[in-house]
Amino acid sequence: MTLPPLPESAIVLAAEAADWRAAVTLAGEALTRSGSAEPGYSREMIRMIEQHGPYVVIAPGLALAHARPGPEVIADGLSIVTLASPVNFGHPHNDPVSVVLGLAIASADTHLAAVAAVANVFNDSSAIADLAAAVSALEVQKIMGAVEL
Amino acid sequence: MKIVTICGAGIGSSGILKVNAERVLARLDIEAIVIAADVASVQDVAADAQVILTSAEFVEAIGATFADVIVIENYFDTAELSAKLEAALG
Repeated sequence: MTLPPLPESAIVLAAEAADWRAAVTLAGEALTRSGSAEPGYSREMIRMIEQHGPYVVIAPGLALAHARPGPEVIADGLSIVTLASPVNFGHPHNDPVSVVLGLAIASADTHLAAVAAVANVFNDSSAIADLAAAVSALEVQKIMGAVEL
Repeated sequence: MKIVTICGAGIGSSGILKVNAERVLARLDIEAIVIAADVASVQDVAADAQVILTSAEFVEAIGATFADVIVIENYFDTAELSAKLEAALG
């Protein structure tokens, strides 16, 4: 199980976001910086939430922003945005969100290995709080298992 | 037994739910096929499913089904998944 690439350029710490759209946009911009997605991918991720609701808030404090594989995706990639002030997505149980994961998946055929690796990280129930409190990109990469310890 | 996990895109959140459901089912010693799908294909994919795992947002869109629709709040909480699957299947 391999985590999608999570380079330093895809990590934003203690960011200011006025609302959930701004938070998702930061996660999309980070994917663009790391070369995983076109600038339009943020819009796609926001559209999924507008269309289907705040279901991307899959655990307390954590949003998994993502859209489908498509022309806006360049390569598999992950981004992580931690928020200086948590924002509400409108989720009945898991608001407010302090950590936004951006996920770009190039092919539906390979997505399960990628999300299995993400699931592994977060099955440790302290991972979300640890990410929210992280003060360096390296620390985030260590929590995510994206670098050797 | 067939279990379908549903989200908006059919990747990402439904994939995480599938992976964690498989872990829980293995621990409960229940044999099942778990398929991740998007909400648009639920009527086809879940036609012969016993259980649909999803978020509250999709219950209405899933509509009428013979499957037990189970709403999961924390996708990473295998204790929640385990309790709800056991209640539905036990």
